[in-house]
Amino acid sequence: MQAWLTERAIDVAALLAAVTADGNGGTVVFLGTVRRSKEDGDVEAIEYSAYREMAEPELARIVQEALAKWPGARIALQHRLGVVPTGEASLVIAVSAPHRADAYAASRFAIEETKRRAPIWKKERLASGAARWVEGRPAGGEP
Amino acid sequence: MPEIRVRLFASYAEAAGTDELSVTLPAGATAADCLAAVRSASWASRVPPGPALAVNRRYAKGDVVLQDGDEVAVIPPVAGG
Repeated sequence: MQAWLTERAIDVAALLAAVTADGNGGTVVFLGTVRRSKEDGDVEAIEYSAYREMAEPELARIVQEALAKWPGARIALQHRLGVVPTGEASLVIAVSAPHRADAYAASRFAIEETKRRAPIWKKERLASGAARWVEGRPAGGEP
Repeated sequence: MPEIRVRLFASYAEAAGTDELSVTLPAGATAADCLAAVRSASWASRVPPGPALAVNRRYAKGDVVLQDGDEVAVIPPVAGG
């Protein structure tokens, strides 16, 4: 089973392979990637940090909740920590289900809950060499 | 008197100059009491009125009563994903 957190580039193919199953006809792979936009300024990379001892069980709880809501689904999720350059993935969620409706729904649930609950923070690193914390959202409690 | 390990992160840890504190509280103290003790420090003007709290690696409300050896994390607004 993949680790929930990694310091290296995420192996998307491995996450996809982890959810492949004969009975599952619909598969959705979500990638959250570091983007560069004019409004955000000259962001070259984002540095992710986490409360690791809580992030891992919280991500596991999110996946368990999704599996309870959509039985038959298979889910693999990995968040990257450390410096992630523009264009690279910080988070990948692979979901398969017997049919596509559940795959889409479980994928959506997993990304929204990860953003709401995972104790993970990000700091933008700009071309100028400056760095600034990104304003986050108040962390949610149990659903 | 319960001794509590307090974890700080991101902008809060930067403001405090540390990512970990040890706080001794009166028996029966709650997570909110722990937060109040932490906020008495000068750097704590960075902490908004209601940061999220976690006790022993799960989100918790301020009224949770703490035990000796518990870990309380002061969680800034999150930005994962």
